[in-house]
Parts: sequence; C-alpha cells; structure tokens
Amino acid sequence: MAISVDTPAESRDLCEKAGYTFTFLSDANLDAIRRYDLVHAGQGIGGHDIARPAEFLIDTKGTVRWRMLTENYWVRARPSQILEAAKALE
Amino acid sequence: MKKINWPLWLGFAITIFAFLSYPLLFVKWETTRDFPWINLPLFMLALVLLFIGLRRAFAPGRRLVSKIVAPMIATVCVLVVAMFIFVAFIASRWLPASTGAPQVNQKAPEFTLPDTNNKPVSLTELLTRPINNQPPKGVLLVYYRGYW
Repeated sequence: MAISVDTPAESRDLCEKAGYTFTFLSDANLDAIRRYDLVHAGQGIGGHDIARPAEFLIDTKGTVRWRMLTENYWVRARPSQILEAAKALE
Repeated sequence: MKKINWPLWLGFAITIFAFLSYPLLFVKWETTRDFPWINLPLFMLALVLLFIGLRRAFAPGRRLVSKIVAPMIATVCVLVVAMFIFVAFIASRWLPASTGAPQVNQKAPEFTLPDTNNKPVSLTELLTRPINNQPPKGVLLVYYRGYW
C-alpha cells in the first residue's frame, strides 16, 4: 500500500489513471510520515512538507522485515528486490 | 544561397530531447530511471554537435547573424545540460537522514489514515484483512513524494 500527502481525491485520480488496485492512504497532515521520520521539509509545491521516498515490508506481527531508504529519490526499490524480501515472509 | 548550420540545430534538438525524454519516457524502466544511461550519452553527442556548429558559425564567409545566434543556442544548451546534471546527481540526493525511521526487526508504528474513499484504514487492519479469502502474509508500505 502507498502513502503520500496527496488528498484521497488526488490518489483516486492516480489509481484510475494508472490502474492501481492496492490501497492508497492520504497523509495530508504528515501523521504517519512524521511517526516514521520521513518528513522532507519544504519540498512540495508552495513549500509544503512531503514524504521522502521509503519502502518497508511488514510481517503480520507488525515487525519490519525489510526496508529501503533511498539516498537519491530518482532511485527506488525495484519489484525484484521486494519479491526477494517477501520470500522470507510467512 | 544561405546554408543552414545543421550541426548547431541538430545539437539543440538533441539537447531538448535528452532533457524531456527522461521524465516522459526513460523514467518508465527501472534501469534507465535509476541512472540516465541514455540521456547522458545524448547530451554528450549534442555538445559535440554544438561545438562543431559553433566552429562553423565563426568560419569565414558566415553572416554576422549566425555569429550571434550560434553562441546563444550553445549557451542555452549548456545551461539545460547543467540543470539536468544538477537535478539528477545533486538535488535528488538532498534527502533527510531519517535516523528515527523504524529499523529491520523493530515494530512498525501504527497509524490510521483515510483511503481513496475517505474511509479510515489502519495498519493493523491491512495486516489482518483477508485478500481473496486468504490471510495476508504482510504489507508493503510505500511512502512516496506525491504530486502535492
């Protein structure tokens, strides 16, 4: 599932355009983004705070099993890396 | 007859293509997204052509207007290349350290946020709600910059 500061309506537009069927959550107040220490201050349009890119794989007990905090936002986790990490889940 | 300075204009066209093709095209494949493997050689080719074009513009017999236009075009192109390199290799690395982000083997902090239908959804719910009548094996949490 995906989290950003976009509103539910903006995320719905994105899902419709891109055909995404997984869950998109809207964190306009940076509630979860702050709790995960991922605030990228002043990077949004008009100087709004946004999330830096990050991926976490969480097991059913709620424990982080794998994560990626990129050092360059042009570089994101690849599906192959995530599938490899997901093999360890049960 | 007036001869067109084709290396100059081709260099200009390739510069613009190399700049725009990253966000519009090459961002779609992970290899060309993570590193601009195609855009950088295109910029190199464009700069070589621009250099040839500049030499042509200042060759004997060229009109004054080509001596004015060619350096202007070349300057614009160099600025475009510089901007691309700045965004790709410098500005994109300006990220917070996020030292407080949950580590592997730590508990993922709980949250409840509205989904695209404005319905509140919690992390616990996502970790327990069955998918196709099967219990989930976990959740992949993707934080992204959004379109603001």
